Amino acid sequence: MFGFHYKLERKAIGFVIAIIIAASIGGIVEIAPLFTIEGTVEDVPDMRVYTPLELAGRNIYVREGCYACHSQMIRSLSDEVERYGPYSLAVESKYDHPMLWGSKRTGPDLARLGDKYSDEWHVRHLNNPRDVVPESVMPRYGWLLRTPLKVEDMSGHLAVLAKLGVPYSQEMIDNAPSDAIGQAQPDRDEAGGVAERYGDATNIRVFDGNPSRVTEMDAVVAYLQILGKLTDAAHRQQDAEIPGDAS
Amino acid sequence: MVLNLTRSERQGAMIVAVLLSLVGLVMTLFGADGYFSTHGFIIMLAGMGTVFLVGRGYDAPEPSDERLAHYYDDPVKAGVILAMFWAVFAMFVGDWVAWLLAYPDMTFDAAWASFGRLRPVHTTGVIFGFGGNALIATSFYVMQRTCRARLPDQLSPWFVILGYNLFCILSVSGYFMGITQSKEYAEAEWYADIWLVVVWVVYFLLYLRTLQRRNEPHIYVANWYYLAFIVVVAMLHIVNNLALPVSWFGAKSYTIYSGVQDAMIQWWYGHNAVAFFLTSGFLGMMYYFLPKRANRPIFSYRLSIISFWGITFSYIWVGSHHLHYTALPHWVQTLGVTFSIILLVPSWASAGNALLTLNGAWDKVRDDATLRFMMVAAVFYGLTTFEGSFMAIRPVNSLSHYTDWTVAHVHAGTLGWVSMISYGAFYAMVPWIWKQKKMFSPRLVEVHFWLSVAGTFIYVFAMWNSGIIQGLMWRTYNDVGTLSYSFIDSMVAMHPYYIARAFGGFLFLLGACVGLYNIWKTMKVRTPAMVSDPSRPLPVAGVAAGSVEAGE
Ligand code: HEC
Ligand code: HEM
Ligand code: HEM
Repeated sequence: MFGFHYKLERKAIGFVIAIIIAASIGGIVEIAPLFTIEGTVEDVPDMRVYTPLELAGRNIYVREGCYACHSQMIRSLSDEVERYGPYSLAVESKYDHPMLWGSKRTGPDLARLGDKYSDEWHVRHLNNPRDVVPESVMPRYGWLLRTPLKVEDMSGHLAVLAKLGVPYSQEMIDNAPSDAIGQAQPDRDEAGGVAERYGDATNIRVFDGNPSRVTEMDAVVAYLQILGKLTDAAHRQQDAEIPGDAS
Repeated sequence: MVLNLTRSERQGAMIVAVLLSLVGLVMTLFGADGYFSTHGFIIMLAGMGTVFLVGRGYDAPEPSDERLAHYYDDPVKAGVILAMFWAVFAMFVGDWVAWLLAYPDMTFDAAWASFGRLRPVHTTGVIFGFGGNALIATSFYVMQRTCRARLPDQLSPWFVILGYNLFCILSVSGYFMGITQSKEYAEAEWYADIWLVVVWVVYFLLYLRTLQRRNEPHIYVANWYYLAFIVVVAMLHIVNNLALPVSWFGAKSYTIYSGVQDAMIQWWYGHNAVAFFLTSGFLGMMYYFLPKRANRPIFSYRLSIISFWGITFSYIWVGSHHLHYTALPHWVQTLGVTFSIILLVPSWASAGNALLTLNGAWDKVRDDATLRFMMVAAVFYGLTTFEGSFMAIRPVNSLSHYTDWTVAHVHAGTLGWVSMISYGAFYAMVPWIWKQKKMFSPRLVEVHFWLSVAGTFIYVFAMWNSGIIQGLMWRTYNDVGTLSYSFIDSMVAMHPYYIARAFGGFLFLLGACVGLYNIWKTMKVRTPAMVSDPSRPLPVAGVAAGSVEAGE
């Protein structure tokens, strides 16, 4: 073996090829099957997509680095299930490009945040967390309330995601900017199409407390309120298992 | 630097710089959003700055052939200085971020200064800015010496080092503005990623071309590690960053992977960034500078073969230990644990090889802070890898994951190992390349050493404590069978540890400032050139040997 190596280390190209082979095997064995083995991602018919407003909110969540302090992945451990809710399933992030599972919980997990608090709580909390939780170390996000939401390019966003496999229809893509406005301004005409395209369960309301314009706060709160609500699969799974035996 | 380039190299530099300016101009003018245009503008400035610089020396006489009798160290010098600047900048941001977790309002009501944006500035600044420049600079130095060959040309090393720093600037300025893919350690957007690929290919070819010119039959161990670093980082970077931009003139893109596959690919990347960036590359550094400084041969050549291939083969499997108990299929998690434990063998073989090399030179370790930096680095490498293998075990990880324990592990590795080995290598190399007998102030090296050691210990112990407390509080049940502590309770309990950590980090940052000052002063000393580089001379026929450094 050492004799062979003695020869190998005289050949630069040979050495590089050996490195590539050694460093490829593990990745191929572990990753390729994730795309092919059925059951890696559960098959769930009621899984829905993000509306344009929620997607915009998600992009702001990414932009501000909320994922650096918040996970969105409840592990299958009993204390986590007790604290946050049913453990996360793969299907729940099926349409997440990229996933936001996170690796650090400076703040609590947000995977099942939807409907936990009122919109108003979120707006006050994001504006200054210490107004509602005095000890909080979360940053303030006052500018979300001040910044109007940019919606003109939303069609482009949906179109790219559709190319990557998220089931957005052509109609959803074409109407994305007006759907984004409509979802946060229920009194306007644009609101009509949102429920039609995304389902009656969609939250259509003024999220940031200000009906006269659509801000980044509207988008972020709309996104936070949908977390864990894209499908009921996790709750169904929990009901099917013996309660408490989550690991 | 331009004066040492030949005519055709100056032409080449000019062409590259003009092209870069044009690309920048087009991006600025046609950018679909302000972000993209801003980055275009930065690229244009970089290009035009280079045009100006090269233009100024363009007509100067060509350098004499005498230069070919020396190793080409100008880009090494630039890399060392850049690395130290990045270290100070990014550790300053790191410490700021640390204070923010204790006093969250230590910021302005400005988006760019919020925790979520500063944190990737810190991680990218230290890993890629400081670590990357240190690796590129030392690799240029080491490959020439161990091959006894000069770099094949003088343009491509400059392209690599400056192009790489342009990538770092694009990434970091992007995070301040909120341009990010959110993939940890790969946050830079698609166009910056493409640029890095270009730079990296040139780097790889430069390495191969130097190896092909070598006057030594064997490729020395250090080069195996640098090669693995270059090749595998390219693989990881390309696969993990595949994305589709919303517009070819806009910053935002969507990764082509989603959900569980994205998570696995992200951590396949993430942990191997640790492996091939923060480990392999720095092991290469260690395998050259530690024996050189101690003036002893590496303890065991066979051990280095085993550990090299062990590390290269096993690391790739372990990414899934970041995803225990998640929605990732169980079989992948099991493979991750298994290889994480196997990995301890080659890791400790490397650390042991380094420490045993010092056997018989302990008096030097005692007297020489530079060598002590490297010794402590090897110890921390051993410690971090042991801790890592331990944390990869599923029940342990159930406690440590998501907590500050991970942060403790990270900084034991990055402060104790990555930074210390870099400082050791720099303090050895700086006098050699600037032709000095020693550093400007050996006492300040000593000061830097103790600041670093103290800072690391305070940081790591604070985070071990807070991490374990956090993990335990989250899972403690009371007699009634409900959870004892709210999340807020655990957050409040962290406060004193966060202050301690920020203080430890401050000491470490102070050390980096001392290091920068000392290196700067060494560089500026104007005594007659000392013959101090202990490397063997270039075997160039027909050139007076007097100008070449003394042999070993
Ligand atoms: C410095 C880390 C940090 C960052 C960055 C951060 N948070 Fe938080 N977050 C916390 C902490 C700590 C708490 C718990 C205290 C509190 O409720 O304020 C929290 C709590 C929350 C809660 C309440 C969760 C619950 O179940 O009670 C929400 C919602 C939230 N954050 C959303 C966000 C959003 C959205 C962002 C990005 C715009 C963000 N956070 C960025 C640290 C952070
Ligand atoms: C002055 C010294 C430093 C200080 C004060 C510091 C501080 C910090 C802080 C506060 C965080 C965020 C932790 C959290 O989110 O809870 C962090 C993360 C990180 N730092 Fe540092 N740091 C320092 C030096 C370094 C160096 C030198 C490196 C690498 C070479 C490094 C690499 C990282 C990495 C990789 C992370 C992300 C960890 C994770 O995601 O788990 N740091 N640092
Ligand atoms: C045998 C070697 C090693 C093993 C098995 C190992 C294992 C681990 C494990 C289990 C985690 C925690 C994952 C999680 O729970 O999220 C982790 C995180 C980490 N380790 Fe290591 N480690 C090793 C060596 C190192 C070294 C030498 C360094 C640094 C120089 C390092 C840097 C990191 C970083 C940066 C993270 C944080 C990733 C993140 O969450 O952002 N590791 N490692």
